[in-house]
Amino acid sequence: MKKHPGLILSAIVVITILAAFFIYPNGFGLNHRPWKLGLDLVGGSHLIYNVDLSQVDSSDRDSVLDGIRDVIEKRVNLFGVSEPQVFIAESGEGTQLIVELAGVKDVNEAIKQIGATPLLDFREFEGEITTSSIPIRTELTGRYVTGAQVTFNQTTGEPQVSVTFNDEGATFFEEITARNIGRPLAIFLDDQFIQAPVVQEKIPGGRALITGGFTIEEAKTIVSRFNAGALPAPITLINQQTISATLGKNSLQKTLAAGAIGAIIVMIFMVIYYRYLGIFAALALVIYVILTLGIFKLIPITMTLAGLAGFVLTIGMAVDANILIFERVREELRRGLSKLSAIDEGFRRAWPSIRDSNASSIITAIVLYYLTSSFVKGFALALLLGVLVSMFSAITTTRLLLKVFVGGKKQS
Amino acid sequence: MKIINHRKIYLSIAGILVVASLVVVIVLGFNQGVDFRGGTLWQFEIPEKIPTTTQLEDFFRAKIIIEGDIKVSHDQANNNFFARMPVITESDHQTFTLILKDQYPSFSELSFQSIGPSIGERLKRNAIWAVILSLIGVSIYIAFAFRKTSKPISSWKYGVVTMTTLFHDIVIPAALLALLGRFSIVEIDSNFIVAILVIMGFSVHDTIVVFDRARENLSLDRGKTEFGEVINSSINQTIARSINTSVTLIFVLIALYFVGPINLKYFILVLIVGVSAGVYSSIFVASPLLVVWHNWQFKRENR
Repeated sequence: MKKHPGLILSAIVVITILAAFFIYPNGFGLNHRPWKLGLDLVGGSHLIYNVDLSQVDSSDRDSVLDGIRDVIEKRVNLFGVSEPQVFIAESGEGTQLIVELAGVKDVNEAIKQIGATPLLDFREFEGEITTSSIPIRTELTGRYVTGAQVTFNQTTGEPQVSVTFNDEGATFFEEITARNIGRPLAIFLDDQFIQAPVVQEKIPGGRALITGGFTIEEAKTIVSRFNAGALPAPITLINQQTISATLGKNSLQKTLAAGAIGAIIVMIFMVIYYRYLGIFAALALVIYVILTLGIFKLIPITMTLAGLAGFVLTIGMAVDANILIFERVREELRRGLSKLSAIDEGFRRAWPSIRDSNASSIITAIVLYYLTSSFVKGFALALLLGVLVSMFSAITTTRLLLKVFVGGKKQS
Repeated sequence: MKIINHRKIYLSIAGILVVASLVVVIVLGFNQGVDFRGGTLWQFEIPEKIPTTTQLEDFFRAKIIIEGDIKVSHDQANNNFFARMPVITESDHQTFTLILKDQYPSFSELSFQSIGPSIGERLKRNAIWAVILSLIGVSIYIAFAFRKTSKPISSWKYGVVTMTTLFHDIVIPAALLALLGRFSIVEIDSNFIVAILVIMGFSVHDTIVVFDRARENLSLDRGKTEFGEVINSSINQTIARSINTSVTLIFVLIALYFVGPINLKYFILVLIVGVSAGVYSSIFVASPLLVVWHNWQFKRENR
């Protein structure tokens, strides 16, 4: 670095120019690699559901949870969400399902559809059957359903729902029908009693017919829900954060505008206060902004409002290292050093305080990252990356700029 | 600047501010945000036929059977309404939307947040842990930064003074929020905790820059000059960088406050107040406190 400052500086400039094209949202990025924006910037919903696993065997837990995730992903995809995020979180209060929908047009409708639980289960009776007997759940539930279709009863013409089970479900159905010959088997949909046909004989093959006196519309709705998949366990919405697309867009524009204005004020301040040294700090700040955004996009980090705000804050912090260095340079100049050696001394002696002053920000960013919800995580990550890149930009970039432009002049 | 000579004035200002802030926080307490106590926060706009907040409150009160406070506030500048109410179900949310759209055709939802009490509990617990862990982390860091002992001030005293200024920088914005919460609907939420942590991280290093210089000067001087004078020149040597590093951040914060999104307004305000308090404390509190402590001990030892 000491020998070829010009070469390294050129490399940084080239990388910055490339990064500028890379981050420009309407150019190359639009089709090939668009920005990942969080739902608080494009509009969307962050939903947390409680999963009721009380009816599920502990050995089946994982497969049931995977099933729920798949089903919800399928249902949500129907709403044209770019990339629905569905993940499962274990907490002290139980198992929770987190659904993130970004860029959905009709959030309310999507929430309604997720909540619409075609929860199917078969229940059998024990002992003497009276009008007050309560049927007991069997192993057979909607999680074994692979498909459904609307059929019509050949004699009455009534619409009915034909349900197909997978192999496991087929085995259960065969066993259940075998032990209930001559007895009613109750069918529940969404915990609502539908019907209790009397089993005539053992039914192999894994198909069940539900004739619940449906209208064609009802039968069709049930079938489409089944084909998206039935939820293997009930879920309840306990937490919701919905942000409209208008508000998201508004937040994005306002934060970007504030960031630009803030950066310009900081640059003007640096130039007025530190004169020619400030010009290099201002240039380094531009490089910092472009490179950091480039890194965010490259990783890629989903930019949330909090993350963007965190990044804008780092614009105000990025020049801190420059200030520490320049103040030191001024002191060295006052002590009678030449401009070039004053700059060298300034950089050398300011380093410990730059390191120390960023350490506390790094500590808090790490704590924030590990201890907070997804929205704040974005802020912490932006702050952490911003501080790290700013240390590079303020020290390396500014030093190279000064070496090439101030140092070069002196030598010639 | 003769900061050390006027230390009594500067320290009194800080002392009064801290005591007053503590009283405000203890007496008034905070409004907890929906993300901590659980509840619903509904942000919407009705650009035409703007209803009064009382009208909207009455509307929700008539509809919601669950016990709990119902409050509607109106942000005049952006013409946004914020309705706070207990947790309502998604179907209630959709029904209310339909009725509101019917009564006010220009109604449009901006955001809707409904948080169950158990999630709120967890967020609150995490927030408290975040503050505790950051305090521990920053203390360890301070101990590390001042690990080299030097006369005539032992290193742990720098640490204690730094933590004191940290408290000063946090309690003042906290009091501001308690005051604002009293007179309008400003709440303590996750964002506030984030702001406090950012202030903690940021304000410490200004103090460290001043103390670094004080230590350097003290060891160069070797007791030839009076202690207070060495400290005073240390402050004056570092005052420009103390102010400038914070001022650049405050510029950006002010831009965010006036141009940035409305949902971040109070988050930014807390940061502005905290960072400004940090500038004051690193110049007018930290070093004077060190001198007061040193003189007091000096008198006691030479009595």
